[in-house]
Amino acid sequence: MENIIVKMNHISKSFGSVKALNKVNLELFKGEVHSLLGENGAGKSSLMNILSGIYMPDEGELSIKGKDLVLRSPKDAIDLGIGMIHQHFKLVEVLTAKENIIAGYNKGIFVKHEELSKKIKETSAKYGLEIDPDKKVYNMSVAEKQRVEILKVLYRGADILILDEPTAVLTPQETEGLFDIVRNMTKHGCAVVIITHKLNEVMEISDKITILRKGESIRTVLKEETDVNELTELMVGRAVDLSIQRAPLGKRKKVMEIKNMTVLNFDKTKAVDNISFDMLSGEILGVAGIAGSGQKELCESLAGLMHIHSGDVIYRGNSLKGKNPADIIRMGISMSFVPEDRLGMGLVGSMDIVDNVLLKEYQKTIGFMLKKRTSKEKAQTIVDALNISTPSTDKHPVKLLSGGNIQKVLLGREIAANPEVIITAYPSRGLDIGSSMLVYDLLNEQKQKEVAILYIGEDLDVLMELCDRIMVLYNGTITGIVDAKTSTREQLGLLMSGVVEDNLDENS
Amino acid sequence: MRIAKRDELTGKSVAIIRILAILAALVISGIFLIIVGENPLQIYISMVDGALGSGFRIRETIHTTIPLLVTSLGIMIAFKMKFWNIGAEGQIYMGAFGATYFALNFSYLPKPILLILMALGAMIMGGIWLLIPALFKAKFGTNETLFTLMLNYVAIKWITFLQFSLWKDPNAMGFPRMANFTENAMLPKLFGVHIGWVVALILVGFIYVFMNHTKTGYEVSVIGESEDTARYAGINIKKTIIRTMFIGGGICGLAGMIQVAGISGTLSVELSRGVGFTAIITTWLSGLSAPVVVIASLLFAILEQGGSFIQTVYQIPSSVAQILQALILFFVLGSEFNIKYKLVPTKKSKGGI
Repeated sequence: MENIIVKMNHISKSFGSVKALNKVNLELFKGEVHSLLGENGAGKSSLMNILSGIYMPDEGELSIKGKDLVLRSPKDAIDLGIGMIHQHFKLVEVLTAKENIIAGYNKGIFVKHEELSKKIKETSAKYGLEIDPDKKVYNMSVAEKQRVEILKVLYRGADILILDEPTAVLTPQETEGLFDIVRNMTKHGCAVVIITHKLNEVMEISDKITILRKGESIRTVLKEETDVNELTELMVGRAVDLSIQRAPLGKRKKVMEIKNMTVLNFDKTKAVDNISFDMLSGEILGVAGIAGSGQKELCESLAGLMHIHSGDVIYRGNSLKGKNPADIIRMGISMSFVPEDRLGMGLVGSMDIVDNVLLKEYQKTIGFMLKKRTSKEKAQTIVDALNISTPSTDKHPVKLLSGGNIQKVLLGREIAANPEVIITAYPSRGLDIGSSMLVYDLLNEQKQKEVAILYIGEDLDVLMELCDRIMVLYNGTITGIVDAKTSTREQLGLLMSGVVEDNLDENS
Repeated sequence: MRIAKRDELTGKSVAIIRILAILAALVISGIFLIIVGENPLQIYISMVDGALGSGFRIRETIHTTIPLLVTSLGIMIAFKMKFWNIGAEGQIYMGAFGATYFALNFSYLPKPILLILMALGAMIMGGIWLLIPALFKAKFGTNETLFTLMLNYVAIKWITFLQFSLWKDPNAMGFPRMANFTENAMLPKLFGVHIGWVVALILVGFIYVFMNHTKTGYEVSVIGESEDTARYAGINIKKTIIRTMFIGGGICGLAGMIQVAGISGTLSVELSRGVGFTAIITTWLSGLSAPVVVIASLLFAILEQGGSFIQTVYQIPSSVAQILQALILFFVLGSEFNIKYKLVPTKKSKGGI
């Protein structure tokens, strides 16, 4: 068939003893949107890194536009018209869109600005990519940066585009905009691959879906012939109930009160800007917002890791301003924090489970010496209760565990401290569906024990199903706190893009 | 061929790789020795003989081991925190300086008191010498590698100044040297070797317990792994860095005192001759384990003693002996690469662009 543009046949790739890809097949046609669906570690990114010349396969054949060949470097792939847009943008912040687009691709010594701007404008008009070529990247929103990335590869003549988790950083409205661009591209004959694990988006945008599971290509299906339930089953390998139960509300007494809190970044810009809200016992308060809206700083300042510039945090009548984590423990406050960066902040990767449990225990004992006995018992209890699969609790570094088990160790330790407040940042990020469900169950269980829970999330569906109230952050400010039961994706999307709650009606 | 990361190896295969590396080093050095017209087998046997062949030679080898071992222990604490202390050489000299101050000015004191004062002086001076870069790192985030490295030269030039001017012995007939220590400023001997070896072994135990069984040692490991985690756990990072670096520098300083009061009996710029740098290698090779560093230091001392022995016996130039040492080091350190990475052949494929 002449329309086949990429054919990957029996591709295998190992990293050490881990087989990332095992005889994977993929065919890509001109003018189609092809989704690669799979859980974390299924091999989606590895496969696409092979197609874009970053990795070389151990085995298998690759043919592009009818030619059998071997890609030796990303440059080979670019020359063949393959462009990958990575999840983390690779742009130079201090340069303009135009300069980023030509960086590394300018032939000749001088830059012909006029001509270039014209060409960029032509390309962007063709695909409906709105970009100001002379705007500096650091002044751009995430969606704009993404458009620059797309334009960069299109400008280099790419007609096979790979988008790695493109919607993770976008609001629902921005996602719609991206999908319009993708449809424009396919209209002009490009083939687009989207790597994702969001099922509803897959159903919206793709023509074809290839499901990967544990490094194998399970099946390729047409969108018309499938549904979300089938896709989940193919992805996980068994039928899964995706609905999250919302535990009934507890007594809802005020535990923590955040009053006009402002937190500064190290460069003195405001990361969190004058926010006020209450955390109530027996309730899960969700926090929504596009990435980098101040979520991390909010969590860290509540946990005493970041300095509160102005305003106050009141915990049962005591101010936590200026207190560090050690002070907070000494005040007898039991606050648990499950940070976003599990191995970089919550756990010590090279230490075993016992030593990681010790992290929150050792300061409670007196004397100079470590006393490991209680931690050892506690570690065993956590391993048993959460079904953590590990060869041992005191000989196996936690970084060698799977992502799901690492999170279970962290969450298990934090819950074992019998907290009154739990702050969790993206607790199900990167976990497979089973482990994610376990995380939600654990949080619900804590909610019923009258714990006040702050849940920073990224998946709006999860936020709407799990939480009781959803607070939306935009640029460090709160644009609204809504009742999760009655909220809609559109409403949250508008709040995430900076529309303030009171003005919602006028805008929608 | 291309480079790929290995999985974690078992202890057994790591040992095999290391032994193979030493064998390869001996083979390559053998070829080199044949080229310069020597019998490699004979030379190797002589090296072992020169290091361990008699009571005297064994004592000499232990004399070389002691400062290496003590310094390695001091460096180890810093490395555990991922604080790259390259300044042990300077800390040794400053430690020796602290000890010499008491030895020259308080020689009338009874021996035990004088020695304790000398040890304290050495530890405080060595500690301060590492505390300076530690404070700057804690306060301003300066790079400790460069800072500690440069302080080596400051320390060495300071000793040169003392030796040639301020503390020059007026009775030395114009020679630029300091006065010899009196007898009660010298370390006593036990089994023919100065008691520095007892101190070294006690320190091995102390460091082992410190790193594995104390709260501060645990905090050091956590900080070394991730400062964010340390903050998260409520560890006072600055305090821990400063406190621990004072101990680490102090131990390196103590190595200077042991050397000056155990061997040379006088302070000079010739005192250490690179022990502070060699100790970096032994520390790293030990995998930051206090018991293992005893073996690593001993092996290095054997290599050094054996090397100087064959120089005198076979009348071969010192450069040949140094090349031998360097080749062995090269292979052993190179094998570390093989423990972490492996070479995989890239497949030949048809076609291509």
